[in-house]
Amino acid sequence: MKICVLVKEVPDAAVEKRIDPSTGRMDRSGEKNLNPYDTHAIEAAMQIKEGGAVPVEEIVAVTMGPDSAVRALHKAVSLGADRSVHLSDAAVAGSDVAATGYALAKTLQREKPDLVLLGQQSDDGECYTIGAVVAEHLGMPSLTQVIKMDVEDGALRCERQAEYGYDTVQVQMPAVISVGDAINEPRYPSLKAIMGAKKKPLDAVGIADVGIDAAKVGGDNSAAQWVAAKAPPAKAAGEIIEDEDTAETVEKIVAWLDERKLL
Amino acid sequence: MANILVYALHYDGAINKNSLGAVSEGAKLAAEIGGEAHAILLGENVPQELAASLGNYGAKKVLVAEGPEGLAQPLVDAMAKAIADGGYKYALFGGGLLGFEIGAGLAARLGAGVAMEVTGVRAEGGELIAERPILGDSAISEIKYRSDVGIIIGRLNAFEIKETAAGAAPVEQLSFELSAHASQAKMLTRGEQRGADVDIEGASILIAGGRGLGKAEGFELCQQLADAFGGNTAVAATRAVVDAGWYPYAAQIGQTGKTVAPKLYLAAGISGAIQHKVGMQASENIVAINKDSNAPIFEFSDLGIVGDLNKILPKLTEAVKAKKGS
Repeated sequence: MKICVLVKEVPDAAVEKRIDPSTGRMDRSGEKNLNPYDTHAIEAAMQIKEGGAVPVEEIVAVTMGPDSAVRALHKAVSLGADRSVHLSDAAVAGSDVAATGYALAKTLQREKPDLVLLGQQSDDGECYTIGAVVAEHLGMPSLTQVIKMDVEDGALRCERQAEYGYDTVQVQMPAVISVGDAINEPRYPSLKAIMGAKKKPLDAVGIADVGIDAAKVGGDNSAAQWVAAKAPPAKAAGEIIEDEDTAETVEKIVAWLDERKLL
Repeated sequence: MANILVYALHYDGAINKNSLGAVSEGAKLAAEIGGEAHAILLGENVPQELAASLGNYGAKKVLVAEGPEGLAQPLVDAMAKAIADGGYKYALFGGGLLGFEIGAGLAARLGAGVAMEVTGVRAEGGELIAERPILGDSAISEIKYRSDVGIIIGRLNAFEIKETAAGAAPVEQLSFELSAHASQAKMLTRGEQRGADVDIEGASILIAGGRGLGKAEGFELCQQLADAFGGNTAVAATRAVVDAGWYPYAAQIGQTGKTVAPKLYLAAGISGAIQHKVGMQASENIVAINKDSNAPIFEFSDLGIVGDLNKILPKLTEAVKAKKGS
């Protein structure tokens, strides 16, 4: 089977995220890295491949984003993907989650995957929803926030935590599954894999290559329009103690609790 | 008609609290834009009285669809059918996993705009504008809809429950066709409780542990501190450590766990992701211990301690015991 893993570059956690005041959207410039949740999706693909329950011919990393997104693809390849596809087109810039999901689905359609994996959320926009959008466009069953996944009788047996406890769901393939970070512990790429990542095939495509309707993507064509960004109600900043002398720190905590009659 | 269709999640004979909040919110907003709020439930033999009871939260009509429970895609089919039958300008969801999945699928199906993690909605000129916090809640985006239908997915506990004496709402059966892909997922077991059945909702003090505890045994430090406080104190946990099997699911705070508001919430080794924050931010006093000074939890704690919990918790336990004994 063929597994496609959707990946995304996100601002590095160490870089402060901000809003571009001119557009009301997130400023996505600055240092970037592979979305940490996506590394779990790649690892999940690798474990299916290595598990042997079903032969995996190929793992393909797929992303949509500006030129810099190539780095996220290199990282994905260093973690085990065989090759990657980069949808890069000025027409998709500023797409909302629904338009992004449509564009990714069209890009995936060309690959005809048996399984699409992705991280349950991105580290920046915190959308948990892209998997469900992609699945709807592809006409595939989907499940998000999966923390255990096994191939059983040609189908996927997935576990996840939902509103009332743990659910176990059997999903027929082809399917779109977004995984939670509890599903596995991603491996570290070897130096050889990092060095070799740039040599693996990387297919750069534009919207015409994958049949994306230009009228359905981009900021101006997105159905959800971000009209403004404002500051949240101010909240008094809490007190912070840097623990240097633990005895002293504990004394301060106890005094703080005592003052509020919490002891 | 500018009606609002509200998804109501139900399980084991009861409507989810977040759904009750969404129905109340939908009723309020519908009145402001000159329409009605209708609720939709999907399941196997949904009790008529359960559906009708949503009238007390402001639903003017309740649609009931027959289909497999606990999965999102059947609801996408049912809600798309209800919307195609006419009259709905918005679809509204309370916080929770299924709402996110259904709302996103519905947006794709209808080509509709969607806003998620919404904490507030207001009516302006007959339209709704959704407010969504972003960047770790450091800014709030406002979202308008250009599509015929707008989809609004609330954050957990964002919408207040308002019970009225309106009485039972009329219930209508909705017939719809399950799409091919919606029948490709099958629930094998639902709502499995993992770990002991502990009660954290009634506690006035909660000592909560996260991944920063390092291992399951780290919870012993939390338990010892809880014992030192004594009285109505319990130990709670984050989703990450529950998924890892370190602590029972019944003690989990957040999006797919419990919502709590104790007098004191002491978070040990918890980073403070949004999914956790939504379940405990109403606590009266929040104390956080974390070795990472950039942890988001320090943004909303009243007292933050940057340091090693393995050093701090045992000493704090001793100090609390000493204070209690004095």
